[in-house]
Amino acid sequence: MSQLRALDLVRSYGRTPALRGVTLDVDEGEILAVTGPSGCGKSTLLHCLAGILRPDAGQVLWRGERLDTWSEAARSKLRRTEFGVLFQFGQLVAELTAAENVALPLLLAGTGRREARETAVTWLHRFGVAELADVRPGEMSGGQQQRCATARALVTSPRVLFADEPTGALDSLTGEEVLTTLVRVAREQRTSIVLVTHEPRIAAYADREVTLRDGTVDHTGLGLDAPLIGGDR
Amino acid sequence: MPHVLLGLLATGDKHGYELKRAHDERLPQARPLAFGQVYATLNRLQRDGLVVPTGQERDGGPERTTYALTDDGRVALDRWLTEVEPPFPYVASTLLAKVAVALLVADVDRARACLAAQRQAHTARLRELTALKHAPSATLDDIVAVDFAIAHLDADLRWLQTTLSRVADWHREVWHEPATGS
Repeated sequence: MSQLRALDLVRSYGRTPALRGVTLDVDEGEILAVTGPSGCGKSTLLHCLAGILRPDAGQVLWRGERLDTWSEAARSKLRRTEFGVLFQFGQLVAELTAAENVALPLLLAGTGRREARETAVTWLHRFGVAELADVRPGEMSGGQQQRCATARALVTSPRVLFADEPTGALDSLTGEEVLTTLVRVAREQRTSIVLVTHEPRIAAYADREVTLRDGTVDHTGLGLDAPLIGGDR
Repeated sequence: MPHVLLGLLATGDKHGYELKRAHDERLPQARPLAFGQVYATLNRLQRDGLVVPTGQERDGGPERTTYALTDDGRVALDRWLTEVEPPFPYVASTLLAKVAVALLVADVDRARACLAAQRQAHTARLRELTALKHAPSATLDDIVAVDFAIAHLDADLRWLQTTLSRVADWHREVWHEPATGS
């Protein structure tokens, strides 16, 4: 079932069009790769879907409701509860330890300090970095930081995770480890992922791939349904 | 292939069937060896003094000749392992040739369609291999072999994508047409 839908999205930066009428659906539990060359509108689409940016025209529907017309406060709350966001790098708060970083979304949602920390450590464990619980980002490798950031993005068990080149800054083996865990966990808790990437090998983890070209959906080479990767789809 | 058989014999004497089985186990994603190929190669290796028959074995089935690596065989194997494989000297691929010919005999759209169809086929195979790699039954033998294929498909797909963007300019150059400027 489609839970997130973009309808004819248009968005420009000044006079430069980034999206010129994009329509797509993200089903519950689906991993959707959004691919295409630099500047094709991938990240803008992701930001519109996540309610970070407002489109100039068109609609973003979250479970049938017009998300794009919501107030900033309402969209912000949705991002704290139902959505998770993961970028390429630079997301962890430098002054906080790994456990504090991962616990942050829980604390913002009102979870008690002790419970938030316990849950955070469990998540660090799932991503193989439990030993870094009390370490600050500056003392971690890029791969370790990204594991922590991924744990933080998933700690609230969001319904949709928006991931923009999540392995872009990692070497291929580390990137693969992070992505494999991310996909496995998402499958387990039926979190949908909108995975923006320009790498074919990363897109190959998705159930479906949508390619953008010059701000529109490129219909050549579409319609591929991915085989199962550790899931029941 | 001959050196692979020498390598398999370096781990102990084997007859043809055992060699085929060992090959298919070590290189699980390769095309399985045909028996005819194994015996033809063993004959050549024996002729060149690199392997030697050590006896006949009959285990309920047909009689099988067991082979052992000779000292010369061990030297040849060692030399092969030491030699660095030269990166391929020519840029040649059926895919590249097909697109070049499509531009020559047809138009931009035909060349583009050819690239797009290929991209779809490559993407489907890349997904198949990605799933295979993450299957619970995958061994490290499988993973290493599949990684090799994935890296090459990924490179091909990047090339296909870049060439799709270049095909109009390329056509103009092939046909000496003036650039329209976009």
